[in-house]
Amino acid sequence: MHELSIAHAVVSTVSDALPDAHTRVRAVRLRIGQLSGVVPQALEFAYDVAAQGTALADAVLVIERSPIVIDCPTCGHQTLADAHDFTCPTCHVPCGTVISGKELEIVDITLDDAVVAAT
Amino acid sequence: MTKIVELRTGILEKNDLLAQGLRQQFAQANVRVSNWVSSPGTGKTALLEALLTVAVSRGVRAAALVGDCATDNDAKRLARSGAPVRQIVTESMCHLESDMIGEHLTGWDLAEVDVLVIENVGNLVCPTAYDLGEDTRVALLSVTEGEDKPAKYPQLFHSADVVVITKTDIANAVEWDRSRAIDAIRSVNPSAPIIETSAKNGTGIDALIDLLSTPSAAGTHPPQLQEAP
Repeated sequence: MHELSIAHAVVSTVSDALPDAHTRVRAVRLRIGQLSGVVPQALEFAYDVAAQGTALADAVLVIERSPIVIDCPTCGHQTLADAHDFTCPTCHVPCGTVISGKELEIVDITLDDAVVAAT
Repeated sequence: MTKIVELRTGILEKNDLLAQGLRQQFAQANVRVSNWVSSPGTGKTALLEALLTVAVSRGVRAAALVGDCATDNDAKRLARSGAPVRQIVTESMCHLESDMIGEHLTGWDLAEVDVLVIENVGNLVCPTAYDLGEDTRVALLSVTEGEDKPAKYPQLFHSADVVVITKTDIANAVEWDRSRAIDAIRSVNPSAPIIETSAKNGTGIDALIDLLSTPSAAGTHPPQLQEAP
């Protein structure tokens, strides 16, 4: 259950990226890989707590899940993998290179210009 | 009117930047650092106690930081080896973060240390996301836990530079299926060295010290964040 730490990191990083203290955030879009160890539902719950009293208090959290994609060193194919088995389905070689699925990323934020203009 | 601002920033960027700073500090002082991660009860502390004792007897200057939610019981156990040990009490936090490592190194002369072991909080999921500036991430699995644990917790076992199997002295008694366990490890991590150990009879401890103290043994642990495609 480290999702609360992750949620605090999201709020802290987004707050630091705001142009001024009056800007309000409408949405935060994250990319969370299936191999990141973060559970989206737990993160949504923790985010509601972490965002209280901040510029993100009313911001919607949008979580995109990125699938696990492995790169086979033998046949060169890139394929989707189950979380528990990174074996190439074509040549049955275990693959050590995961090219997608570990992401813990803030993709973008939506800011409310109207609030900025009014203040 | 709203506007969208692209950030494309790692959520744990602050932790990762601090970890990179630690990694440079360790490299300058020529200290090899490993981060031990496993479930509670795998025997991390027992193995670490045995490892520190052997390291001291071999003249390898080893030190340890141990993380737990509460108590300094582990630090007291490990101090019996004669190696410098500090406890990090996380107060219920389920993992270590890089700022805790930095704080607990204060006052230590890293030039006097060859090998630093960081024993993470017993947890198979949460520590995986946090880079601590280590050279080598060690995932541990005991013979009592079930051979398919690497399949159940692929995040950790995939990210490991070394996999350590513990309590091999009781493998027969618990009907440990060695080949099934190794298959499960290899399904998510085809290349990490696998070291089979016993804190009771000393199996594998010299090999583990050699691996953790040799610069070329395991590459610098990559940051967790990868650029999204």
